[in-house]
Amino acid sequence: MRLGRCSLRLAVVALPLALAACKGGGGAGDAVGASGAKGGSLKMGAALSMTGAAATYGQSQKNGLEAGTEEVNGANTLQGLKLELLVEDDATSKEQGINVFQRFINTDKVSVIIGPTLSTTATAADPLAQQAHVPVLAISNTSPTGITDIGEYIWRDSLTEAQVVPGAVKKAKAKIGFKTAAVLYGNDDVFTKAGYDVMKKALADETVSVVDTQTFAKPDRDFSAQLTAIKGKNPDILVVSALADNAAAIVAQARQLGYSGPILGGNGFNSPAFIKNAGPAAEGVLVGTSWNSASTAPANQRFKELMQKRGVNPDQFSAQAYSGVLIVAEAVRKAGFKTGRDEVKNGFAQVKDLDTPLGKFSFTPTRDAQHEPAVQQVKNGKFEIVQ
Amino acid sequence: MWQQAINGVFLGAIYALFAVGYALVFGVLDILNLAHQAVFTLSAFVALAFVAEGNMPLAIALPVSLLAAGLIGIGLERVAFRPLRGRSDSNISGLISSLAAATILEAIALQIWGPDVQRFPQGTFPDKPLHVLGATVSALQLTIISVSVVLMAALTAVLRATRLGRQIRAVAESPRAARILGVDVDRVIAWSFFLSSALGGAAGVLFGVAFNSVSPDMGRSVELKGLAVIILGGMGSIAGAVIAGFALGLLEVLTVVQLGSSWRDAVSFGVLFLVLLVRPSGLLGKAAIREA
Repeated sequence: MRLGRCSLRLAVVALPLALAACKGGGGAGDAVGASGAKGGSLKMGAALSMTGAAATYGQSQKNGLEAGTEEVNGANTLQGLKLELLVEDDATSKEQGINVFQRFINTDKVSVIIGPTLSTTATAADPLAQQAHVPVLAISNTSPTGITDIGEYIWRDSLTEAQVVPGAVKKAKAKIGFKTAAVLYGNDDVFTKAGYDVMKKALADETVSVVDTQTFAKPDRDFSAQLTAIKGKNPDILVVSALADNAAAIVAQARQLGYSGPILGGNGFNSPAFIKNAGPAAEGVLVGTSWNSASTAPANQRFKELMQKRGVNPDQFSAQAYSGVLIVAEAVRKAGFKTGRDEVKNGFAQVKDLDTPLGKFSFTPTRDAQHEPAVQQVKNGKFEIVQ
Repeated sequence: MWQQAINGVFLGAIYALFAVGYALVFGVLDILNLAHQAVFTLSAFVALAFVAEGNMPLAIALPVSLLAAGLIGIGLERVAFRPLRGRSDSNISGLISSLAAATILEAIALQIWGPDVQRFPQGTFPDKPLHVLGATVSALQLTIISVSVVLMAALTAVLRATRLGRQIRAVAESPRAARILGVDVDRVIAWSFFLSSALGGAAGVLFGVAFNSVSPDMGRSVELKGLAVIILGGMGSIAGAVIAGFALGLLEVLTVVQLGSSWRDAVSFGVLFLVLLVRPSGLLGKAAIREA
């Protein structure tokens, strides 16, 4: 008898709680956006590497995101709806990345997640967002596989290595002409390994023979053994797939050991931090890039102007971050200013030829980025687009 | 090949210098000082601070950092080891205490300098490549090898030829007997820590300059290697640490060249394992005998 009454009371208490929990889990944005009302805010959660091996990129990205958010809110692009940017550090670690995603999804209840910085972190954290039906816009994941193929909620505005490297190799070959190459890549990171696969194929397609392949790991500081072995084989060009910190050390040590030939880097090199840390050794290094800094398009000029005002050197990472915010805003606009998670996801599919610092931007049918890439070279301590 | 040998000697010199400090403290106190790698790291940061902000030339920053490292070592001994000295389990408690000290020191470095990899400003060390017998050696590599060798030789001279050295060796043999013979054991232990940490600190500065990269976690990679070196060389044997240090450096470079860099740690620790199977006391270690 008593048991029966107790369990009835429990059920009475538990039921509304359960209902409330169900409602809450649906995405807080719904409350404001469901009716298409103007005003209110859309939360974007940015998971960036502010510490760890990828910290240089994270800093650039934060600047780009903040500038983009200010621009969209300042110009009132979303007619009363404001973008709210939350930034959390994923410490360049998968575990932390997962924690940050969980917080964004369950505690902060964001409408869209931006990031994470590295492809390695994305392969671990994105599946959570996919499962929770939260759209993710990657702004620097360039591994061709393992990102957007996670599911229909994962999108990216960063061109993959497969979209940038072949063009870079081709252009480099046309300009310098080389028949043999040596490749050095990091085999403990999803991005650098994927970059290597693309480089290998691109070199083969250009009938360049690879005379030596060496590997390293992210925590390595000494590359003299690998570089000495490579130098001994006398390649016409050294192709490197590495993150910025390793890249700077590799290039500096290569020059120190007396290798004076050309060097071609993957996307990891696309940071002014690379130039700063490698010093004079960075001169002449070629990199394929997603951001044509020389473009005179108004969106690019505006972006450069805003970064100048912040006292920050614009780079590919801040360009992709800034563009990411513009893309989110456009998706929300196309979705009728609704801020729900599914609305944003559907809005992404409708973004076409949007004016961004990256050029005219659209998504491919597989949710990857689509726009023209470029090639740049370090000249006098600065990146210069190779025409 | 010759070039790779130089690369190996270069790496080995730093490992040896680092391990010698470990061996000294272990020989004297029978304790593994796991905070050694934190002194290694802090010392590199101190040198960086002097060079980058104090505009001090490296030649002066190095001895200054050595001094600082030695002082940190003395502080370490006073705070983390001395209070535990009387206990019966002082080996293990000392080990754990040093681990705590290492964590604290590393956190201090993280707090002051942040997590990013820092670099020495351009031109800290002239980057001239020299050509010796067909190999390209940088002036930096040669200098580091020489400095390491000089420091290790200096330590050996101190241990062999000075009164302090004799006292250190006496305490290493038996602290009780040394005390009976009038040796101020506490002072000798403090000196051992000073010397050990100064050398560890020197290794840190040289490592930071060699690879132009100073970060709060730089000690982690050397920590295990240092341990492997002293085990390989024989715990407590300075000469063993030196030989094993160079041997490990050469082995690592050879592995990278022949097998690939992913194999480097596997081979290093694999060889350590094999040596321990065949000769458990290490290359130059003495089998542990309790006499009386």
